[in-house]
Amino acid sequence: MDNLSVDHLTGIKNLTKNDIQLIFKTADAFKEVINRPIKKVPSLRDITIANLFFENSTRTRLSFELAEKRLSADTVNFSAASSSVKKGETLIDTVNNILSMKVDMVVMRHPNPGAAKFLSERVDARVINAGDGTHEHPTQALLDAYSIQERLGDVAGKKVVIVGDILHSRVALSNIYCLQKLGAEVMVCGPTTLIPKYIHELGVKVEHNLKRALEWCDVANMLRIQLERQEIKYFPSLREYTMQYGLTKEILDQLPKKIVVMHPGPINRGVEITSDVADSDQAIILDQVENGVAVRMSVIYLLASKIKRQ
Amino acid sequence: MERQVILNAKHVELTINRLCYQLIETHNDFSNSVLIGLQPRGINVVTRLKERLETILGHEVICGNLDITFYRDDFRRREIPLIPSATNIDFDIENKNVVLIDDVLYTGRTIRSGLDALLAFGRPSKVELLTMIDRRFKRDLPIQADYVGKTVDTLISERVSVEWKELEGEDKVVLFTPDNNG
Repeated sequence: MDNLSVDHLTGIKNLTKNDIQLIFKTADAFKEVINRPIKKVPSLRDITIANLFFENSTRTRLSFELAEKRLSADTVNFSAASSSVKKGETLIDTVNNILSMKVDMVVMRHPNPGAAKFLSERVDARVINAGDGTHEHPTQALLDAYSIQERLGDVAGKKVVIVGDILHSRVALSNIYCLQKLGAEVMVCGPTTLIPKYIHELGVKVEHNLKRALEWCDVANMLRIQLERQEIKYFPSLREYTMQYGLTKEILDQLPKKIVVMHPGPINRGVEITSDVADSDQAIILDQVENGVAVRMSVIYLLASKIKRQ
Repeated sequence: MERQVILNAKHVELTINRLCYQLIETHNDFSNSVLIGLQPRGINVVTRLKERLETILGHEVICGNLDITFYRDDFRRREIPLIPSATNIDFDIENKNVVLIDDVLYTGRTIRSGLDALLAFGRPSKVELLTMIDRRFKRDLPIQADYVGKTVDTLISERVSVEWKELEGEDKVVLFTPDNNG
């Protein structure tokens, strides 16, 4: 039987196709668990997990915390806003202090790209990347691909377009790696200023016209415009962005086939997608949230099974 | 490795038949009873019992599959992770009489996990245990079966395999004994 090829989940880039399929297969079982009357299994009752959030997050943290609790792990939470980071402590010191309290696994979100990998090479705990700057957000990509597989039966051979701010999006990069490993074709779509110059070298198609992109795809993943990461203006106004790249019901209904609409949340209703699209039966946004807990349980379970009991 | 067939196809059929009548003695028409097979190989026993019971009773008998992976006591004690199979219990077990079913009862640890897993679905009125083969003398926990297909005395180094026509090509129970077994 299989085992994950990695000891930490720092990014999708270093996972194999087998790893991803193992995570999905295990997630199927957890999805059944979280729909039981008692949504909890005792597997991880001797594991302690620290959730270190050096950057704001609501849904990812909540999703990880629920996943941990439903596996019966003990959890501690830490957010940078109320910590010694403000007093000048380094990342390694902060984490080692927490690990001295016998923590087995760390779930970390950090504003710097590569922070999770850096940490995984230096501390004695399993590390799960919950987003490192503009680099990767592996569990989001896994739950996105899992949701596509659930809706369409398979990811291989499907055409997926990622629309929006590709430049600042860790979701986009992780999704590209994940979907390609599973055999899907990927296109990115957005204004020239928000598409990285060399992104085609990853083997993705680039399109600047939303309508053409939507006609090509089976699935459209609409990203949020991350105004908080944009220190300069990348497009004239939000209104102009919406005119060119906002997905409306009219556009959706004009397409030759029914595509699946995804969004990693939080949605800016009326900006990247309109309310009637977000609430339509073509959108699987709330399935993504439910699957997020199952996929995260799966990742935590599989990594924890590699921590040998002393 | 020495192979000894301890139940052949005919014996398996007779055993399933006898177990069905024993179940009916306790559960009558199964109106308040359900069969739950433990993944992976208890499922095949359930399939056979269900077929036979429905022929005898003339109506449907409610059956489910239970996976016990997340309730096992050897998590993090193995080299490879324990990968789950599907659980399929789409009925309420509250106040029901549940018969847990597995192919081989040996240490009793699987059944212990099965009881834990079962209780996540509700509070049954009664739980019984049925096993095709009872390997006595190596129980790690105080667990006994209520219905037994056949009791066998085995050494720890031996292995018992319950095989099915749909999976292995023939219904039979085989006892494997290693050659160097002194």
